Formats: sequence, C-alpha cells, structure tokens
Amino acid sequence: MTLSEEELAEELSDGVMPKAPSRARVVAGRFFRSRQGQVGFAVLALMFLLAFVGPLFNRWTYTDKDFTAFLQPPSSSHWFGTLQTGADVYALTLRGMQKSLVVGLLAALVSTALAAVVGAFAGYFRGWTDRVLSWVTNLLLVLPAFLILAIMSPLFGGAGRWPLFVIMLALFLWMVTSKIVRGMAISLREREFIQAARYMGVPPARIVFRHVIPNLSSLLIVDATLNVSAAILTETSLSYFGFGIQPPDVSFGTLIADGSKTATYAPWTFWFVAGLLVVTVLAVNLVGDALRDAFDPAARR
Amino acid sequence: MTPVLEVSDLTVAFGDVPAVRGVSYAVRPGEVLGIVGESGSGKSVTSAAVMGLLPPGARVTGSVRLHGKELIGAPERELTAFRGKAISMVFQDPLSALTPVYRVGDQIAEAVRVHQRVSKETALVKAIELLELVGIPRPAERALAFPHEFSGGMRQRVVIAMAIANDPDVIICDEPTTALDVTIQAQVLEVLKKAQRKTGAAIIMITHDLGVVAGFADRVLVMYAGRPVEVGDVEDIYYRPRMPYTVGLLNSIPRVDRDGRRPLVPIEGNPPAPDALPPGCPFAPRCPMKIDACDEREPPLFEVGAGHRAACIRWDEVHPHGPGRHEAARPREPRARGERTVLEVHGLVKDYPLLKGAVFKRRVGTVHAVAGVGFDLRQGETLGLVGESGSGKTTTLTQILELAPPQAGSIVVLGHDTCRLGRRERAGIRRDMQVVFQDPMASLDPRMTVHDILAEPLRTHGRSRPGRRVAELLTLVGLDVSHAARYPQDFSGGQRQRIGIARALALEPRLLVLDEPVSALDVSIQAGVINLLDALKARLGLSYLLVAHDLAVVRHIADRIAVMYLGRIAEIGQVDAIYDAPMHPYTQALLSAIPLPDPRRERSRRRILLEGDLPSPANPPTGCRFRTRCPKFRAELTDEERSLCVDVEPEVRLLGEDQGAACHYAERREVV
Repeated sequence: MTLSEEELAEELSDGVMPKAPSRARVVAGRFFRSRQGQVGFAVLALMFLLAFVGPLFNRWTYTDKDFTAFLQPPSSSHWFGTLQTGADVYALTLRGMQKSLVVGLLAALVSTALAAVVGAFAGYFRGWTDRVLSWVTNLLLVLPAFLILAIMSPLFGGAGRWPLFVIMLALFLWMVTSKIVRGMAISLREREFIQAARYMGVPPARIVFRHVIPNLSSLLIVDATLNVSAAILTETSLSYFGFGIQPPDVSFGTLIADGSKTATYAPWTFWFVAGLLVVTVLAVNLVGDALRDAFDPAARR
Repeated sequence: MTPVLEVSDLTVAFGDVPAVRGVSYAVRPGEVLGIVGESGSGKSVTSAAVMGLLPPGARVTGSVRLHGKELIGAPERELTAFRGKAISMVFQDPLSALTPVYRVGDQIAEAVRVHQRVSKETALVKAIELLELVGIPRPAERALAFPHEFSGGMRQRVVIAMAIANDPDVIICDEPTTALDVTIQAQVLEVLKKAQRKTGAAIIMITHDLGVVAGFADRVLVMYAGRPVEVGDVEDIYYRPRMPYTVGLLNSIPRVDRDGRRPLVPIEGNPPAPDALPPGCPFAPRCPMKIDACDEREPPLFEVGAGHRAACIRWDEVHPHGPGRHEAARPREPRARGERTVLEVHGLVKDYPLLKGAVFKRRVGTVHAVAGVGFDLRQGETLGLVGESGSGKTTTLTQILELAPPQAGSIVVLGHDTCRLGRRERAGIRRDMQVVFQDPMASLDPRMTVHDILAEPLRTHGRSRPGRRVAELLTLVGLDVSHAARYPQDFSGGQRQRIGIARALALEPRLLVLDEPVSALDVSIQAGVINLLDALKARLGLSYLLVAHDLAVVRHIADRIAVMYLGRIAEIGQVDAIYDAPMHPYTQALLSAIPLPDPRRERSRRRILLEGDLPSPANPPTGCRFRTRCPKFRAELTDEERSLCVDVEPEVRLLGEDQGAACHYAERREVV
C-alpha cells in the first residue's frame, strides 16, 4: 500500500542483497537440517566409503582364495570369515556392495526419472504425445520383463557392461509409476498456477520440469526409494538364476543366494551381507523421507 | 415475547484451540438475527454447535435452550427428534445439500415423513405444495427431477422447501446465497422472506455480506475471533456502531451507490489465529484506536444503548463513519479517454461442441459461449467486464489470454492482431500482458518459494539476476523483502493475492488482466487489495481488463464497464453513467439486485426481480437473448413492439456520450 516504500527498496537493494532464496537452496537447507536427512545421508555416504575404500585395507581381494582357511569364522586375518572355497567374505561383500549400490541407486533413479518425464509429458501435452507415450508404456507393461532380462543377460557379462544392465533394469520398473504420474499431470495442468505460467510465456517443456514434476515430487521420491530395493532385489533374483552379475564377479544377490545355503551352520557367510543390505535400504528410505519433507512446504512443523 | 432459542455463554474448542469463546444470543419468533463475521470468526461453528452437529472431538460448554429445553448434553435421540423439525438448516452449497441419486420430491417427502406420521402419498403432495411455495415452476413435474437437473438457485429453493417442511421454529441459514449470482440471490432472499412469513419462524442468518444483512435482519451480531464484539438492532449497528471492528468493516466494503465513491479504508493486518490470540482485546493489533489499556484484558460487552452492546473500552469515543455521515461524494471527473488502444475486440465468437458417446463422440449441439462481443480498452483505462455465471465473460478472457486466432472476429492486443502473430511477437505480447487470477491459493505454485515465483517471469523473459527486482516487487505490493524465502502457504489470502499481483507486475506490463481479483478474499482484506490495484494503476500507467461478478467492486476500480448477458454485451459505457442511469433492462435488474449495506435505503428500494434462470447457452432464445426474462418485455411492451424483440437481435447502439445498450427500447432508469 505504501508505494513510497518503493524508493526505499531501491536504496536497500543497492547494498548487499541476501542470497537468492531459490528452491534448490531452500530444499537443500531443509534436508540437511532434518535429523532423518542427516542420518540417512551419513549412513549412505559411509556405505559408499566402505564399499570403495574398504577393500584397500584388506590383504585379500575378492578373487583370492586362502587355501589354509576353508569356511572359517571371523578372525584377525579374515575379518568376516571365509567361504568354503577359501574366499574372504569381507572382500567379497565389499565387492558385491560396490555393484549393488551403484546398480540399485542408478536403476532406481533412472526408472523414476523416466516415469516422471514420460508420465508428465503424456499428461501435460495430451493428444499425439500422449497416445504414442501411452502406447510405449503399455507395450513394455505386457512384455515379460524377467524373460527378456534373462535372454539379454549374456550381453551384460563383459567387464564395463554394467551400465547396460542398469538401463535394462530401469526399463522394466517405470511403467506403473508413469501411468500414475500421467493421471496426476492431467489434473495438474488445469490448475491456475500452470495457466499462469503459460500466460506468462514459459515454454511448455519448461513448465513440465518446473511446475508439473516438482508438484509430484512426493510420489516420485517414495517411488524412487521403493525402486532402490526393487532394483537390488531384481538384480538379486536375476543373479540367483545365474543371469545378471556373473562369476567371478559378485553382487549382493549372488552372495545372499550362496550364503543362504550355508547360513545355518556358518552364519558369517550370510549375515554380514544381509545386514549391509538392510542398512543400505534403510538409509535410502531415510534419505527419501527427508527429501520428501524437504520438498513439501506443508510438511514443516 | 419469550425467545424461542436462547444461547448463552457457548464455547467450542477443538483440542486446545478455542473456536468459539462465549457466544450469547436469543431469537424471538419471527425475528431475523444476522450473524456477521469474516472467515474463521467462528460463526459457522456456533450454528453447528446449536444443531449438535459438531465432530466428536469438539468440546462444547454453555447452554443452548430451545423453548426452555436444554440441548447441550441432550441424548442423540432427542437431538434427532428436534433437528429438522424444530430447528432446520439451509446450507451454503445447494449441490452438496441434496442427495444426487434421489428425486427432489422424494427427498422433501422424506424430510416430512421423518417427523410426521403421514403416508407416502400425503408426504409427496405436501412436497409438491412446498415446491410451489418456494417458487419452482410446474412443481408436480419438477418433483420427479433429480438435483443435477436444477440450477443452483432452484436447488437452493428446494433446500429451503426441505427446511420449512415441518414448520420449524428456527431456521439457521449458513451463507445461503454466497454461491449464487446476484439476481438469483435476490430471488432466493425473497423466497426466504416468504417462507418466514408462512411459518413464522425465527431465522438466524449467517453471512459475510453486510448488504444482505442490512435488508434482511432485525438484529445483528458481529463476531470476531470466536466472540461477539457487537450486538444490536440493525440500525444501531449500521448507523451507530460502537466497536472499531464494525466501523472498519462498514468502511471497507465497496458499494454500488454514489456514496461508494469514497476511498475504501482497509483494516490493517489479519485476523488472529485462534491458537495465538493476543492477550487483551483480540482486535487491538489491527485497531486504529488502540491504547495501552486494550492489551490488559479482553473487554466484556458493554451496554452502550437500548439492546445495543459492544466490546470496546473506548466505545463512547468510536465515531461511526457509517453510511450517510462521511464527506460528500467526490464525483470522478469524467476523463477524456486515452489516445492509444491497448486491446480491441471485434465480433468475437467462441462455440464449444456438445459431445455425446463414450467411444465414438458425436456432436449433439453447440454451446454458444461467446456470440459476437466487441469492446476496446485504451491506455491507462480500466474496463470492467461483468456478468453472471454463464454470461461468457471468462471465455472472452481466455480467448484474449490464449493469443490464438479466434473462431470468428478479431482480437488486437497492443496493436497486434492475434490472427497474424509469429512466435516471437507472441512472446513479446506475453511480456506486456499479464494476469492476476481469482484464487490466490491456486494460482501460486505451492512448491515454489516466493522468490522463485516472482523470478519466474523475469527468467522466462531473459533477466538472469532477478534478486533485486524481486525485492522491489515485494515492497511495491506492501510485503516484506524477507518474505521471499517462504512458501505461498505461509501467507494469508490477501498477502497471497499481493504476491500474485507482484508476479504480474514483474515485467512492467502495459495491460493487466484481472480475473475476479478480490472475490476470494474477506471484506476487510479486499479493500486493501482494491486500493493497491488503484494506486498501482495510477503510478505505473497500467490498463486493466477486470472481470468480476461483484458490481460494487467494479464501480470502485473501473472507468468503463461492459455488462455481458448470455455471450453478448448488453450494455457498455462509462461507469458512472451506467450505474446512475442504466438503459438496458438487464443492467437495471442486475444493479437493483445488489444489496446495499444501508438498512433504510435497502428496505425502501424497489427491486426489479428477474424471473427464472439464465437460458442454456446451447439453445439461446431468438432475437433478443434477454427477452425470456426481461421485465420490460413482459410488462411494458405491446405485442407489436414485442415482435421486434423476438425477431431481431439488437446490436449495441450508442445512446449517450459514452453509453451504449443492446436493447430496442432502451431508456434510462435510476435503480441504485
């Protein structure tokens, strides 16, 4: 009301402007201020550190076999014990964790991102975009994912081919979420703030990324956290059947599959891997929850 | 006469949060008590408590006596027996008050049969009688229809019919006309008066509209922060208010009559949150007359006159600036119209196909939403586009905002015809034409900080460092620069609308399109936003295209006005010319339907009541579109004259200096 204050503002802004409180900054701030976010992020960071730095402090690599110790419980030379083959469980677990963390997190991120983009574009643009994208979604939905992954698994075998594996995993995880996202985007596009952006001259693709997807972030984050475990488990079951990660390379999946056979009389072959898997999934969930709260302005207080 | 309903010291709390803090009133048979207050003042909770309809979590104390019988704490069975019989209720939203899957006749009959031992047939006959009483044409036939086949006004009549089905002693009306258009509101208020005469019931009228209360109520109770702050006869409240809040309310409402020319005085600040009330008088933080003693304790209701009580320690110093007392109206000098035209619309047409069928859609009809609308808007001018729902004003607006070639006719925005717009030119116009939406809650992205919201238009049009401009904008609309980091939900309605206005102003546009900018706000907040819009226009040289249904608001902001009816312009011209002497019968009816917050004038006015509802835009009448409801067509014209109305669709003719009407027999008439 007091328009004379405008001059005041001009004077004021000649001085130091406070940092622009944009969304990214506010969300990051809120994420790291929440206890859940701190703990989840710290644990996840620790897991990565353990997976990639941990092996350096061990004399054994995951391919080494100690022929003097078969199926030994944890000791000073083998921290997590050994397998029947004499392989060091600590080395194997960390090697498996490297694969599973990267594969699980990446596959989840890729699939959720794909779901968000495809669903939001289909829902926002409607018409031909919608028809083509929905057709692709439905097609992938009816293809038997496990079968295709199994058939294609020889392709993932060679070293350095794991990105292909991640993409294939993600390709079969996104469809259902994308359908939900599409439905929500359809109702969102009628909202006034989207109209406001359109009348402002914001390009349509940017409206999707700036307004539609952020307003679905709660759903997407929950979906991504669930997908992490889903991806790790799918990889596990694929590996269990001998597809996916092939020996001598290991993953959580192959380790758990092997370990479960000996778990009753040699628990160290199973429990370390299982425990780390649980901790990983828990940390991811904590991060997801904190992120969702940080994105959602209504979740405060 | 003994009061039929007596409420004393009623309190309601949800958990630790008090919603109602000590309400007392009494109504006698045949009396109308108006309860006025802004949203959150506890007026609806009070009535729900009287009806015993509060959710289980609510704690209610105090006493509610109906014919001397205590209702608080009475067993549910007794409450059910009197609900709908002794006390009945009319709700705000007539659509949700009726069950969609039952015929309306059966629903009214059910209301009868719940409380009276009569056969189904008798009840249905009674239902048809009631429908006739509330003015539903062809009641026997309409009783077999379902609620969705009725218009909003007709549905509200049905709800009133249900409410009076059992000759209640008290009818509680909770914002009964808020969801309706003004001409329909006038009809429904007539029906309510008729129903009251018929049943002799007392009516408790809960509303935020001081105009409705002025014409309808005998006594008025003003509520603020869960408490009555002033009670009295309607004339005492309007002419001799003793509580600064009441004075503030009366000063902040825009009015359609000449007196309304004075600048509005908004009440500063926002109503307190119920869980964080100030220590003393709850109104003190916003009160212009506050002294230190106000913060000491909450003032009780002082006896300030016969039957007139007010909760203010300085009540004897409160000077009513009520209607009729303020300085003489300052007529707006009729300015010469600007030279440059910013917006020009000619013969605009927009049809929507009516489709049927799930798989194969076929066209079964056409909705003529806009059928040949034309107006122009000059630099520095405000054009108000008014009309009831279904008049096509929103369609006109979206057609302009889309910047797409219209179906027929032409739209010229800032010198560019939308038929010949390239991509770059369109982006350029988007920069110069901005929108403010109706609902400040929905028009701001809830996931964005205020900074990002205000920076969006700047970034879109290539300003990379918007920080400084954002601060400027916030100050311009009267908000604090430090608010930039917050989310829209942290603000009240009025503040949010200010953010919406700031966003629209970010690019220094030349044309601002305002779509019902204040209709979602409380009156005390509304005034501030109206004043802001007025000041911004003068300061920044903006042109406004204002769409509104509230003619009082339009009179305050607009220089010219265009009245729309069923997709066409009925009357267009300079604001004062039209408000003082409208020429089109529809404009006359529309203006006369608006209640004035001035009891004496409101009660002595002659109201032109329109019959029936707006015809369907899919099947408009031949010739003049208004003839089916036109009082002039019905009563004044000869058959010979009528044939012209039936055959020839009137075009807008210039009849005054700047006043044109689309009526074959237009003549000036003073109605306000």
